Amino acid sequence: MLLAVLLPFIIAIFIPLLSRWKHNLHTGFFVTAVPVVIFIYFIRFIGQGFEPVEREYSWIPSLDMNILLYLDGLSLLFVLLISGIGSLVAFYSIYYLHKSEQLGHFYVYFLLFMGSMLGVVLSDNVFVLYTFWEFTSLSSFLLIGFWNHREGSRYGALKSMLITVFGGLSLLGGLVYLSVITGTSSIQEIMSQRELVLNHEFFPLILGLILLGAFTKSAQFPFHIWLPDAMEAPTPVSAYLHSATMVKAGIFLVARFFPMLSVSEWFFIIVSTVGIFTLCWGSYMAVRQTDLKAILAFSTISQLGMIMAMLGFGTELAIFAAAFHILNHATFKGSLFMVAGIVDHETGSRDIRRLGGLMTFLPITATLALVASFSMAGVPLPFLNGFYSKELFFQSVYELDLSVTGIIAFLQSIFPYLAVFGSIFTFVYSMYFFFGTFRGQGRIEKLPKKPHEAPIGMLVSPLLLVVGVIVIGLIPDLINKPFVEHAASAIGGADISKDIYFWHGIKPPFIMSITVVVFGTILFLVRPKWASVYKIVPGILSLNKFYDGLVARTERYSTVITDGYMNGSLGRYMRLILVAIMLVTFSVMIYTGGFTVDTGNLSDIRVHELLIALVMVIAAFGTIVAKNRIAAILILGVVGYGLAMLFVVYRAPDLALTQLIIETVTVGLFLLVFYHLPKLKKTSESPFTKTMNVIISAGFGLLMTMVAISAHSSKLFDSMSSYFVDNSYELGGGDNIVNVILVDFRGLDTLFEIAVLGIAAMAVFSLIRLREKKKEE
Amino acid sequence: MEELLNFTKTLIHISSIIAIIGVSVSVIILLYRTMRGPTNPDRAVALDVIGVNIMALTGLIAILLVSTQFNDVILLIGILLFIGTVALAKFLEKGVIIERDMD
Repeated sequence: MLLAVLLPFIIAIFIPLLSRWKHNLHTGFFVTAVPVVIFIYFIRFIGQGFEPVEREYSWIPSLDMNILLYLDGLSLLFVLLISGIGSLVAFYSIYYLHKSEQLGHFYVYFLLFMGSMLGVVLSDNVFVLYTFWEFTSLSSFLLIGFWNHREGSRYGALKSMLITVFGGLSLLGGLVYLSVITGTSSIQEIMSQRELVLNHEFFPLILGLILLGAFTKSAQFPFHIWLPDAMEAPTPVSAYLHSATMVKAGIFLVARFFPMLSVSEWFFIIVSTVGIFTLCWGSYMAVRQTDLKAILAFSTISQLGMIMAMLGFGTELAIFAAAFHILNHATFKGSLFMVAGIVDHETGSRDIRRLGGLMTFLPITATLALVASFSMAGVPLPFLNGFYSKELFFQSVYELDLSVTGIIAFLQSIFPYLAVFGSIFTFVYSMYFFFGTFRGQGRIEKLPKKPHEAPIGMLVSPLLLVVGVIVIGLIPDLINKPFVEHAASAIGGADISKDIYFWHGIKPPFIMSITVVVFGTILFLVRPKWASVYKIVPGILSLNKFYDGLVARTERYSTVITDGYMNGSLGRYMRLILVAIMLVTFSVMIYTGGFTVDTGNLSDIRVHELLIALVMVIAAFGTIVAKNRIAAILILGVVGYGLAMLFVVYRAPDLALTQLIIETVTVGLFLLVFYHLPKLKKTSESPFTKTMNVIISAGFGLLMTMVAISAHSSKLFDSMSSYFVDNSYELGGGDNIVNVILVDFRGLDTLFEIAVLGIAAMAVFSLIRLREKKKEE
Repeated sequence: MEELLNFTKTLIHISSIIAIIGVSVSVIILLYRTMRGPTNPDRAVALDVIGVNIMALTGLIAILLVSTQFNDVILLIGILLFIGTVALAKFLEKGVIIERDMD
């Protein structure tokens, strides 16, 4: 089974080699074989007595991250969708993409996506799941931006990347919580410990994080905005990723964690509300679109909302309907995208306002579109699978348990109306899609290309899908018992068995369906009359504007903030650093009670120490107020000599010697470079900055003084200097303890200080040389 | 004999402290010249004399501390002072310390 997951990745490595011969044989032929093989491998598992299959492969055992593959009904449903529709899309793309495109790139991304999607649905380890999850985001980003010379593609790719990765990261947070709480990273084992998770105080957080991941990926309101922009991708990509597979990864995630999450009543409230609202919003917005693929994008959003809502209801019927509709949606939406691709390919336009009357030119395509769009609308005809799942949806929303109180009861009482409302618009845009494209009087002569029927190869894939629609519609039991029931049971965690009938008798779900058809027909016929309602809602309340504003504002405000403190002025950086040090040190010292003053171990102050200190203080102040630079340097020299005197007073002859030499050399160096230094000027800083400078420097001085006093006052241990005093002659062979320490006890420090000096010297030398060379040039 | 020795010690101690205070006062006065000094040569001379005073101070402190370890320091200050003052003088005179072309 691992090989089946990794096969696309392995083949993807060889694609660049294969695509060299693309002028002889389209690369897509090689690629089509991959999902076909996978499909054949997995179709064997279908059957009445299907048992979950588990495989474990070692990856990072020390971190409990192993590639744990788990194939149950739910995974099987998705695996077959991915490989089956993957085969059809790959085949379709052979005719859709011309050989002059960068086929190598396209199919590498495509296979990457397919492999990672298989990984998502088969992984039982949460971290492996997340890895593949991000892989799907990444490959989807690459596919959307396939025509990267277009502005729109880049924009759409970035948008989908930002939104899905945002959700992916929050998913990671939820998964990490789960694995920390339960101590295992296997989803099955997490499920078996669900009581532990449910009673944990972080459960609401886990629920929120996982749902955030699922909602962003599955384009639920308000995160749906990336999906319409992802329509910039080539149509096979839209058909595959943005209708059948990737957008269902969020659905898959919710379904996978359903047995655990659904126990909480918040699961019902959040998921079903978001789902129903997405259903209504998506179908409402779809009617407004003029681009074929945009209609389908909003339709996908709406259908995903419907599936999500059914998962949210959580009744056995609803779960069954959800699993059934996942399959049905993939069939008719995949074929509709391909139809849109054909129309685009054969007429050169996807704008529904320019299309119309194509039925006579594209008869086969029109037939396919007719079946698929009627199935999407849920027209009550016995050969349309969309009707079955829609009816099951109505039934599940109608049969919600009304014995509860509070907010849930309120939600349950309004859900049927919302469901009918959303479905009416679904009907309207399905009709609009079909009749707007294929009926009416078109202006064929104004289209960029003269329309004619698509090549047979291009029609095969949508044809197969439409055949699927009809077969499922005519004999739903064919896939019900061996397939959909397993998926539903895997989601619900219990055996779920439902029979699918076309005719239920005149019952509320059927009345709802009829209502949808009647109102939908009326609304569709008078569509131009009420189309202006879109100017009111959404009107200015566009989520895209919000997103654009958010992105632009984030950039602008970060620029403002960064420019606010990074203005290139060293003075300001210095102030910031000092203030930061002061704040941190002061607060830590005060918080820990670190400031202590202990006068117990002080020695007496002598007159000459006081005098030297006085001289140094006066000279230091003199340096600050000096008006010209030479004066400042010379007065600084006084401070240095004063320090040397202090060393003398405190009996440190070696330090005094060194200090004197260094001070002289420094003064000399200052004089050497003096010629190049600018004249001391009156700084142009505002009085406020000057005051701040004084305050900061005074505060910093105060801080250092206090730290020094505290350090002196809180000696916890005796100094180790007595060891050096005792042993410097015996062990080091020298009377001068300072020198023995420098070259013997702690000789390594000296070595590296020599190195520092050497580096400094070389740096000075090279700086001067480089400058001279530049001058010569 | 013992008394005399103690008396001498005290005498040396007190006199060196008096001397230190005297020298320090002169350093402070010189410091005033360094800071105010209307021209830079004034400052240079003041710094030179501060150095001489520091030599004295070092010697006096060495007496006070009864130590011979600081004799090096006194000699070094002497050398450095000379070099420093010459460098300063050359800088004030010519604007540079090390001339590049020796023709």
